[in-house]
Amino acid sequence: MSHDHDAEKNKDTVLSEAELRVRLEQIWKSPDGFTGWFKNVFHKPISERMIITSFVFFALAGLLALLMRVQLAVPENTFLSPDLYNQFFTVHGSTMMFLFAVPVMQAVGLYFVPLMIGTRNLAFPRLNAFGYYMFLIGGLLLWVGLALNIGADTGWTSYVPLAGPEHSPGKRVDFWAQMITFTEIASLVAAVEIIVTTFKLRAPGMSLNRMPIFVWAMLVQSFMVIFAMPSVMLASGFLAMDRLVDTHFFNQAEGGDPLLWQHLFWFFGHPEVYIIFIPATGMVSALVQSFARRPIVGYTAVVLSLIATGFLGFGLWVHHMFAVGLPQLGQSFFTAASMLIAIPSGVQIFCWIATLWSGRVIVRTPLLFVAGFIAIFVLGGLTGVMQASVPFNLQVHDTFFVVAHFHYVLIGGAVFPLIGALYYWFPKITGRMMSERLGGWNFWTFFIGFNLTFFPLHQLGLAGMPRRVYTYLPETGWGSLNFIATVGAAILGIAVLMFLINVTISWRRGALAGANPWHADTLEWSVPSPAPVYNYLYLPTVNSRTPLWTKAEDQPIVKGLRADILEVLVTNLLDAMPDHRHLLDGTSYWPFLTAVAVGIGIITAIFTPWGVVIGSVLAFICLAGWFWPHGEPVPDSSREAGPPVQEAA
Amino acid sequence: MNQRVLDVSTLPAVASGPRATIWWGVVGLLTIEGTMFGLLVATYFYLRLNFTEWPPLGTPAPDLLAGSLNISLLLASMGPMIIAHRAALQERRRPIWIALAICIAMGVVSLVLRGFEFTAMHCRWDTHAYGSVVWTTLGMHTGHLIASTLENVLLALLMRLGPVERKHFVDVNVNAVYWYFVVLAWLPIYIILYFGPHLL
Repeated sequence: MSHDHDAEKNKDTVLSEAELRVRLEQIWKSPDGFTGWFKNVFHKPISERMIITSFVFFALAGLLALLMRVQLAVPENTFLSPDLYNQFFTVHGSTMMFLFAVPVMQAVGLYFVPLMIGTRNLAFPRLNAFGYYMFLIGGLLLWVGLALNIGADTGWTSYVPLAGPEHSPGKRVDFWAQMITFTEIASLVAAVEIIVTTFKLRAPGMSLNRMPIFVWAMLVQSFMVIFAMPSVMLASGFLAMDRLVDTHFFNQAEGGDPLLWQHLFWFFGHPEVYIIFIPATGMVSALVQSFARRPIVGYTAVVLSLIATGFLGFGLWVHHMFAVGLPQLGQSFFTAASMLIAIPSGVQIFCWIATLWSGRVIVRTPLLFVAGFIAIFVLGGLTGVMQASVPFNLQVHDTFFVVAHFHYVLIGGAVFPLIGALYYWFPKITGRMMSERLGGWNFWTFFIGFNLTFFPLHQLGLAGMPRRVYTYLPETGWGSLNFIATVGAAILGIAVLMFLINVTISWRRGALAGANPWHADTLEWSVPSPAPVYNYLYLPTVNSRTPLWTKAEDQPIVKGLRADILEVLVTNLLDAMPDHRHLLDGTSYWPFLTAVAVGIGIITAIFTPWGVVIGSVLAFICLAGWFWPHGEPVPDSSREAGPPVQEAA
Repeated sequence: MNQRVLDVSTLPAVASGPRATIWWGVVGLLTIEGTMFGLLVATYFYLRLNFTEWPPLGTPAPDLLAGSLNISLLLASMGPMIIAHRAALQERRRPIWIALAICIAMGVVSLVLRGFEFTAMHCRWDTHAYGSVVWTTLGMHTGHLIASTLENVLLALLMRLGPVERKHFVDVNVNAVYWYFVVLAWLPIYIILYFGPHLL
């Protein structure tokens, strides 16, 4: 049969390396031009967009923070009106949580997981593109609201009854609620992508207990996303319905319950902290291993800690609600759980310290950020343990002490490792090194600016300064510490600017990196920098946890995939034994169009319940287009024993 | 040095069940939706605590007829779906589209019955919090029923008219898993919505 003949001709077993490279480059290449942008389904370009988009949101939300700090610099300042201040802190918090921290962690995962496990793309390429567009539309929605001066103004937690129809008329809160719908869909999509990709597309030999710890971290995070995000989607759905069609979920007068909002929100909200933090610890593990030049101490302990954190993270949500008057037994339970979670985090920290202690440490910018992370996160963790205690918690509830605590945890625990990881992986993304000199400056400015901004807030909180107030009286004596914090914020702003400048300059003019500039051990460093569009010329095999440091001299490579279609190898879940070849979906406009259709539905639903119907009909049409059969020939008939396969020359 | 090679060219190009990526994708989706339904049920019980009587005073307990007929019909619809599922594993198109056509007919009748289920609750979504949660639960499941029935329509047409690729049999396979979920997820919720008011 001619079809079988074609297939044989295009196997990588019969092509020379040069021929194969040309073929693969053709088929895995991103589509060109403006319209091509909307068709792309490859994991590296899509994740790159996602990282850049979330950093744009990060910069914008940081700008809002700076403006708030200016307002708070001196007592009775009139720089911002109370209403604008409310919008700013709401959009700042919502952006940092929903449009920066979660998406950027997932984006780094979506970029590096396929590379680290040795495959060519994510399991569902089109779905991944769809997720990106959902994220983008949701982010724009929130910011268009702010730009029109009708931005959400009830805090990133949007507590009812404040956010309910009675106290927040107009459409401000609805922008917020629907932004949640968009971003959580995007986040769930990314979680399923990462789970299925790590379960089924690992290189032969990479059994679960040989997976890089960063991949483990992304896997645990994805499971947390799957169980946590539905809660906030449901809650924001209830809120939108209460506001639009007069349901009574949170309306006490008709038997609803404002506390239901808090339960549903924090059942998502507390795991959310770990959803942000766990990938960051995965990054730290990767960096520590590479810069200590030795396998991580306590691989099993670290992995089990990640999993334990994933479970315990769901048992803490009520500690955000100690002030609402809950039964004492409940409070004690959640106090215990909140203290318990310090244990797995502690285990990880000791493993990192032991690895660094016993390794041959090479200090580069990424490792500086790891050191900064450990220092700051330990402080943030300690104030967290303090707040697990109910009496202390009540004392500092809703004060700047809490603001100080979660910025120590989130910036120290997530942004420091993230910036370190970007310094570390930048060469793999761009082919060039970031400047070490500017990197050192960047780190120290960041570290000093951060502490100067947030350390004084602890004291301000203990002194009783409430969060979310737009000004304070001179008699409170809070002026000088606030002024110091504002100076710190300016330095922090400069640090972020230095990072962006370093990225921009190095992208064009950085020193060429070569395949493995850090002499690291994970698979992504075995391919050229930047990684080729097809990731691996021949898929790799793996014989240990540190595949590049301990590979056999004649470590086998995988052959037998076709070079004329988007074929990858599927392996089994536990041991990564080769199972079957699988044809991935190629480029398409439909993910973009489907996202637009769903977007029209969700945004229309801000104004009329018919939005749900309109969105569903449009989305159905688009999904039919997405899955429309093209009558392409069945890719292979190898189920009936195929012709004998030639050995590579 | 001789490069050792792991030759995968003789491996099959399609696999179904837990071997396939799409199966895991659908299981992920079902876990998400299962969590959604679980949280809805939790909301139902949470709101129950705010009332001395359940359903609230003035709202009779739901009528059992339409709901009970519907759950029976849905459970029965698993029969033809199992047939479609099995035929998909054997890659036989005719029994697949016939079985799917029966499922579609049952799905349409189920949607009509669902209409009566809403009125059987004796309240509206804006009557009180009880009304809000039962209408939302019914509505959310109805959304799944509509989506799944439409998916059945597309797959039945595809199997009838072609062109069929081998991977489409895997799609029929996971579509069946999705239908089982839509039916079985309703079973505990049906019991809670219809019998809860008598017991709570």
